[in-house]
Amino acid sequence: MMNNDLFNYTLHLADNSLIMGHRLSEWTGHGPMLEQDIAISNIALDLIGQSRNFYQYAATLKDDSATEDTLAYLRDAREFKNLLITEIPNGDWAKTVMKLFLFSTYQFYLFQQLINSSDKQLAAIAEKSLKEVTYHVRWSSEWVIRLGDGTEESNKRIKAALDEAWSFTGEMFEPAEYENLLLSKQVSVNVSEIKIDWKNKVKSVLEEATLQYPKENNSWMQTGGKNGIHSEHLGYILAEMQFLQRAYPGCEW
Amino acid sequence: MVIIMEEIKEHIASAAIWKLMEEIYDPEVPVISIIDLGIIRDVKINNDTIEVFITPTYSGCPAMDVISMNIRMVLLQNGFTKIKITQQLSPAWTTDWMTQNGKEKLKAYGIAPPVGKSFDKKYLEELKVECPLCHSQNTSLISQFGSTACKALYKCNDCLEPFDYFKCH
Repeated sequence: MMNNDLFNYTLHLADNSLIMGHRLSEWTGHGPMLEQDIAISNIALDLIGQSRNFYQYAATLKDDSATEDTLAYLRDAREFKNLLITEIPNGDWAKTVMKLFLFSTYQFYLFQQLINSSDKQLAAIAEKSLKEVTYHVRWSSEWVIRLGDGTEESNKRIKAALDEAWSFTGEMFEPAEYENLLLSKQVSVNVSEIKIDWKNKVKSVLEEATLQYPKENNSWMQTGGKNGIHSEHLGYILAEMQFLQRAYPGCEW
Repeated sequence: MVIIMEEIKEHIASAAIWKLMEEIYDPEVPVISIIDLGIIRDVKINNDTIEVFITPTYSGCPAMDVISMNIRMVLLQNGFTKIKITQQLSPAWTTDWMTQNGKEKLKAYGIAPPVGKSFDKKYLEELKVECPLCHSQNTSLISQFGSTACKALYKCNDCLEPFDYFKCH
């Protein structure tokens, strides 16, 4: 009998990385300059690589013929458990780097804890991923600071990006049922506990960027992603990402 | 006696396999072998089955699939038929495992090898990367991300050439 909570939790981690990675890959060939095009494509690649590790593990937890590919390409939107912040459209460069900064900082503290998971494979994937995420945090922090403390126009845009992305940060720290059920076995990370670290880091980068950390008690937060309730944007991502496998089942090259 | 003979045979086979892998190169950096790169963790022989344990460099590195395929090909060509390649994620790969020989080869190829140890927190802030072309220390970072996941892009302020730096990881 497979552990359904562990399967769902692993999928949640996998879906976060895949959907964020796929979204960022839309910048490939469209970056504002060559070096940054390469940088964001590399980050997308790291994330998609992380998702493969999680999907491969998830596939072993299921006793049927699931593979990393069936999990990525043959599930529908309702079965995806990614955070909503990973599926929102890229918008302009400011919006992309802001959501990546908020998300990467979350991943950084999450993986730092997941290394201690009693589940050896999740711990190993976290250990591997953390090295890469450290680069993502550094790169996106630098961009937030550069735009915030830049020109009037760049400041206006990164401010708007923060306003827009902010309502998607709440769900990071609200555990889904499967996360809670795995806590007692020390498998999952207590996300409400990493909030303090996340807040301190985000606050210090925003301050350096001359931006204000939003007031917490009067902002309404979006939720649902962890339980498969998504925005319309995910459907469009899947339509593009899964097209080939849906149209030509089993196609390989 | 039979058991000892088996052990000796396995020992010889294992040494031969390690030797064969010295001839398998990283497809992205074709001067450095997978042994120099430090990604082969172990070779286990169980009856006729060879199990090779490899550690990926970066999670999404497309070279890893090619490397796995090449290991399989080389072993098949040398008469080993039952081959299993197992990815081992922990402990995570680090450039500290790269051989000195590998670092020399990188440099000769025009890629600055990783500087320092990966656990040294200061490595990114005060890093001095030597230009692999004119050996000047007067270089600066252009981008933390380069032509592949494992490299950063630098330029030399003396000879003015841009060059790849194999990131300390």
